[in-house]
Amino acid sequence: MRTGLIDNWGGNMMDIGPLYPFVGWEVPMVIACLIFWVGWHYLQMRMENRGLESEALMLRQGDNLLKAVQAEHTPERM
Amino acid sequence: MDNGLTALQVLFTETYYWITVVMMFLIHVGFCTYEVGVSRRKNHLTTLMKNAMVIPVVGVTFYLFGWWLYSAMVNGPGITGGVVTSRFAEPWNELMGAHMGGKPHGTDITPADTALWARLNGVFWAAFLLFSWTTASIVSGSIIERVRSGAFWLIAAMLGSVTWIIDAAWGWHPAGWMVQMLGYHDAYASGVVHAIAGGTCLAVLINLGPRIGKFRADGTPRNIPPQNVWLVCIGLFLIYTGFWGFYAACNIPIFDVQPGEGVFWSATNIYLQATTLSAITFNFIMSLCGGIMAGYIMSKADPYWTFSGGLAGVIACSAGNDLYHPIQAMLIAAIIVIIIYRMHYWVERRFKIDDAVGAVAVHGYAGFLGVVAVGVILWGYPSSPDALLGHAQPWARITPWGQLIGAIIMFWVLGFIPGYVLSWILKKCGVLRVPREVELAGLDYLIHATTVREDDEIRAVLLKEARQPAAAE
Repeated sequence: MRTGLIDNWGGNMMDIGPLYPFVGWEVPMVIACLIFWVGWHYLQMRMENRGLESEALMLRQGDNLLKAVQAEHTPERM
Repeated sequence: MDNGLTALQVLFTETYYWITVVMMFLIHVGFCTYEVGVSRRKNHLTTLMKNAMVIPVVGVTFYLFGWWLYSAMVNGPGITGGVVTSRFAEPWNELMGAHMGGKPHGTDITPADTALWARLNGVFWAAFLLFSWTTASIVSGSIIERVRSGAFWLIAAMLGSVTWIIDAAWGWHPAGWMVQMLGYHDAYASGVVHAIAGGTCLAVLINLGPRIGKFRADGTPRNIPPQNVWLVCIGLFLIYTGFWGFYAACNIPIFDVQPGEGVFWSATNIYLQATTLSAITFNFIMSLCGGIMAGYIMSKADPYWTFSGGLAGVIACSAGNDLYHPIQAMLIAAIIVIIIYRMHYWVERRFKIDDAVGAVAVHGYAGFLGVVAVGVILWGYPSSPDALLGHAQPWARITPWGQLIGAIIMFWVLGFIPGYVLSWILKKCGVLRVPREVELAGLDYLIHATTVREDDEIRAVLLKEARQPAAAE
């Protein structure tokens, strides 16, 4: 069992091409990379939107917003 | 790699670019430091994360399509030809991974391709990626304290992996259509990196709007000073340092520049035109000096604008710093810094644009004017070594109108318009700006609130423990 094209390092160096394992699987790997990238943006934006919504809701309650703005000028509590 | 001279040339070039990448990393460290220093305490952590995450977001997208666009789009496409096939830059090509340079595994590339690109593809890709991070980071600073990070990262992916690299293909690639037809010359990226980033900044700022409290009821601006001027200045020093790597990465360290018979080894600029590292060293330092001195006078010794003036001075001269005389570079830098300083405050007052770090001025206006200045100062120079590249018909020479059109393409066509369209879409989707309450309380409000709550809990536990009688020995 081997995952790459390298048999040994003692042959003709001019015969050695790709060094990484699973040569031939580049297209599926690119598709995986694309899904990872798009998926990350989707998850990040969902997470951020929910976080900001709940934060805004919390700040709208009582005098939370006023306290938060005042706290900006009390560094030991920030 | 079967003869000594070729091996030396390739291995030296590979090592050279690898070192420029390490040096350029300091630009990103500088941008993060600088941005956090400008932001108010309540926004520090979100500001840091917003810029730091440019690294993976633009890194992944530049691997997927950014690098390919650089070689593929040199003709427009449709202006001087179609899309160019550039196998080595396709993300599924074996040369986009660890490769020894010997026999290719696939049939779409030749042994000559692998011999050339196996050792250079990764370091070239990384050098261009570092330019991409810089371009995206420029926008990051101007929109702090009210933009949603997710929205910015989409803008960063567009600018860092699509629009800027298309402008690089047009105006920076030795065979780019702007170089051929307009005689566009922009050796160290005044327009290609800085003007486009400035144009995108301006577009996003228009859709984003100013920070709450920035403008008085009568429309006059309030100054929101940097939270930590020390940190800002250290950040700018780091950017200066990384800028050396940026300049070095715009050169090819060793290349035979003699057309036809004979051999003449030299460093070249990005267009393969012969230059020397000494030339750009003279000009980099003198343009930095001119910019700092003008910034100092204009801002009445304000450290923030003095340091920014130095950066703007270098940016203003970058388009022609391969050919200028050092004193020309100093004077051009000083004059452009005076102009951009005045423009920053005029645009702020006139159009209510809240650019938190002055990025539109320092990068956008300075880059634009720097490209235009080349048209006058280097009028009639060949824009690139067309004979060396084997073209029978000489390409266009540097002219004021060619450079002006080039500057408009960089700032407005590829910078402003795509930036405006994407930020407008994000605004309409309600994901461009944080809610008003969060902006008022600070973007780090939840993180701080959680920290304070946990700190109170720990304090209560410790107090309770302290009140217990000590256990008998």
